[in-house]
Amino acid sequence: MATAVAHESHEHVPHYTTTGLDHRKIGIWAFIGSECMLFAALISTYLIYKGRSITCPRPHEVCTAADGRVFQPILNIPVTSQSTFVLLMSSLAMVLALAAVENKGKPAPANPTLGYRILSSSKLWLGMTALLGATFLGYQAFEFTSFVNEGLTIHTNLFGSSFFTLTGTHGTHVTVGVLWLLTLLAIDFKRGLTPKDAILVDICALYWHFVDVVWIAIFTLVYLIR
Amino acid sequence: MATTAAPTFAPASAAPSESSGIWSWITTVDHKRIGVLYLYTALVFFAIGGVEAALMRWQLAQPNSRHVTAEFYNQLFTMHGTTMVFLAIMPLSAAFFNFLIPLQIGARDVAFPRLNAFSYWVYAFGGVFITLPILFSAAPNAGWFGYAPLTTIQFSGGLNIDFWVMGLQILGISSLAAAFNFITTIINMRAPGMTLMRMPIFTWMSFVVMFLLILAFPAVTIALVFLLFDRFFGTTFYSIAAGADPLLWQHLFWVFGHPEVYILILPAFGLVSEILPTYSRKPLFGYNVVIYSGIMIGVLGFGVWAHHMFAVGLGAVADTVFSLMTMLIAIPTGVKIFNWIATMWGGQIRFTTAMKFAIGLIALFTIGGISGVMHSSPPSDLQQTDTYFVVAHLHYVLYGGSIMGIFGGIYHYFPKITGRYMSEKLGSWHFWINFVAMNLTFFPMHFAGLLGMPRRIYSYDSGQGWDTFNMLSSIGAALLVVSSVIFAVNFIRSRKRGAKAPNDAWGAGTLEWSIPSPPPDYNFAQIPVVTSRYPLWDLKSPERTSGMAHSAPDETTITASHAVPVHEETQYKSARELGIPMPFPTAKPAVASLALVLAFSGLLFIHLGHVAVAIAISLSSLALFIGTLYAWLTSPLE
Repeated sequence: MATAVAHESHEHVPHYTTTGLDHRKIGIWAFIGSECMLFAALISTYLIYKGRSITCPRPHEVCTAADGRVFQPILNIPVTSQSTFVLLMSSLAMVLALAAVENKGKPAPANPTLGYRILSSSKLWLGMTALLGATFLGYQAFEFTSFVNEGLTIHTNLFGSSFFTLTGTHGTHVTVGVLWLLTLLAIDFKRGLTPKDAILVDICALYWHFVDVVWIAIFTLVYLIR
Repeated sequence: MATTAAPTFAPASAAPSESSGIWSWITTVDHKRIGVLYLYTALVFFAIGGVEAALMRWQLAQPNSRHVTAEFYNQLFTMHGTTMVFLAIMPLSAAFFNFLIPLQIGARDVAFPRLNAFSYWVYAFGGVFITLPILFSAAPNAGWFGYAPLTTIQFSGGLNIDFWVMGLQILGISSLAAAFNFITTIINMRAPGMTLMRMPIFTWMSFVVMFLLILAFPAVTIALVFLLFDRFFGTTFYSIAAGADPLLWQHLFWVFGHPEVYILILPAFGLVSEILPTYSRKPLFGYNVVIYSGIMIGVLGFGVWAHHMFAVGLGAVADTVFSLMTMLIAIPTGVKIFNWIATMWGGQIRFTTAMKFAIGLIALFTIGGISGVMHSSPPSDLQQTDTYFVVAHLHYVLYGGSIMGIFGGIYHYFPKITGRYMSEKLGSWHFWINFVAMNLTFFPMHFAGLLGMPRRIYSYDSGQGWDTFNMLSSIGAALLVVSSVIFAVNFIRSRKRGAKAPNDAWGAGTLEWSIPSPPPDYNFAQIPVVTSRYPLWDLKSPERTSGMAHSAPDETTITASHAVPVHEETQYKSARELGIPMPFPTAKPAVASLALVLAFSGLLFIHLGHVAVAIAISLSSLALFIGTLYAWLTSPLE
């Protein structure tokens, strides 16, 4: 945004970067590199503590507590599969949102088809991505609530502490992503995103896809592998 | 464009920067002024850490002293370590990152000037947050490594550890933000022709450090999040009763902690690699190898963390692997030592203060390196661990290495920063007293340690053979205080009264010396075009670089003779006169930092029993933070 303004008002100053890429793009990649280590530490801790809890409930096994209460396996894989699908679809919507913003400068066909009009709506796809992200968060809220009702809180045992901290951190990242998307949507409604703003959507998209990829790792390592 | 020439070599106060005054410092986004802020703040914290060390040496000078209580002594050694690592050496390096990297690569600023200001203010407020409690004897008291479960609420009630956990978390944010900024700056803002293999070594070593920061800090961030949650929200990460692994903290901490050692030393290596060629009047010997060895140190640094944990009993296989990896790291480090020596070999050496400190680093760091290799052997380490031998080792590395390098860097770059030289006479006194005192303080610790004196004891009985060594160390510490006072006097006096320095104060070869001292806001009126590693020597002393390859920025035309497109800039003009867009000054990063630190501070009220107050303060601060962030991101940069 700011560099674009500078570019217009100071044409005589060449906007030079060594790689030809925007600073923000390199910055977000560095950030993502760092985030990888963050989640690596969280996931490692979860895996190290897997099976070490001395009280119930457990993720995949039926567990009988000292007082005779029987706890069913806590993880609800069918429901989480749905939320995983939702999050993956949000990445598709994100790709379409970026494409819609990037293609805005191109001349529209004489008789735009409905499909064209849908695909070229950046507002639709930004909103869709945010909506799917929010849906994922809704699933997570449901999941957390039902786990608490079944007797697993962040205090209960090592599984509870490491599970809620890991998935909660991921959920926080999704929340930040949804807020970011809504901000972009607000800008789009206010003044319209143009191809010059594609970098704004681009860095958000990189972040969003990263958060998605992390979820694939979490879903596989925490939910699917026993 | 204006044609009138401003006076050359204007003193600092007359430099046509933005206005002066406190507000201009709070709102500055100029990387040079932020570098200066880092320098002053870190030197203050260095003095505080020094006072803490002096108090400990006062206590240990004689057996059975009771100058300070055991509890306060715990706070002293914890805060000494924490202060020196996170509030002194890292920010002193950051001062050089900020001031030098854009100048060395021929850029007008960093990639994200406001994020840069944010990094500084988070550091400054975080430093105050973690330091203030010692005035109320409520400072962190579990060592700079804060081993959990010792630091869990079960064994460390009170607010002491809370300050440490949150303070470190805050300082981590500062370091990470700075690292993203400088990675982007170095990758994306190099002047035409400034290829990676032409970058000055300081920038290269900083580049490696930035990657260490972004990859190492997340591990300690997570360890601290776990500890924070355990202390505040009742999770069980470090609760042995719940089946937790007592080594989890140690692993996560040292995965960060060992790369941290290289985060502390590599910038000093970089500074020395700038100083030695300048005063030897010779290009650095084996430029490529110095870089590759720096990268190798960085990579291997992630595979040696468990050598801090030999004593916990990891088993023969793990001990062997980590031992071998640790020995391996001595190779690239040794390579650097030989490169520096070979740089001086046959050079026309000038023994300036900076040069003395650089040579001091080579000598003292080597001693620390050798004792480091001794620790890498588990049987040997088991005898030395938790004794003063380790204290001796780490101070030879961090004081003899990092601090000597940083002092050298300050003497070397002071003329560039302020436009005036520091006194060489006082500098020489500083160096020699410092050098003698440093050895007097830390060398006897080797013997005390081998005689079995444990670390972190607040007092000891006589008759164990430790008395003399401790007395010697304490005398050395007193002399270190004297030498630091000489430095402080020199530093403060020279800012206004030092001899005026020209552009190229020392006859150096890199870009930062081609512009006025102090540099104008925009650094380079004309972005230089670089054809070699020592562009300024191509211009002024071509015989020094005649053996090196030179090529035009497009890499197609290799010229046999010297291509000399760099020029010296000697005139001050305002950025407006030159039509260079400069970022607007803004207080938003400082406000955002304050809000961030307040948000953490609010949590303290949970342990004081006022949960509602905690929620109110933290949430309102968080709202202020987010609001400021939005205001910041939506306002134009320049």
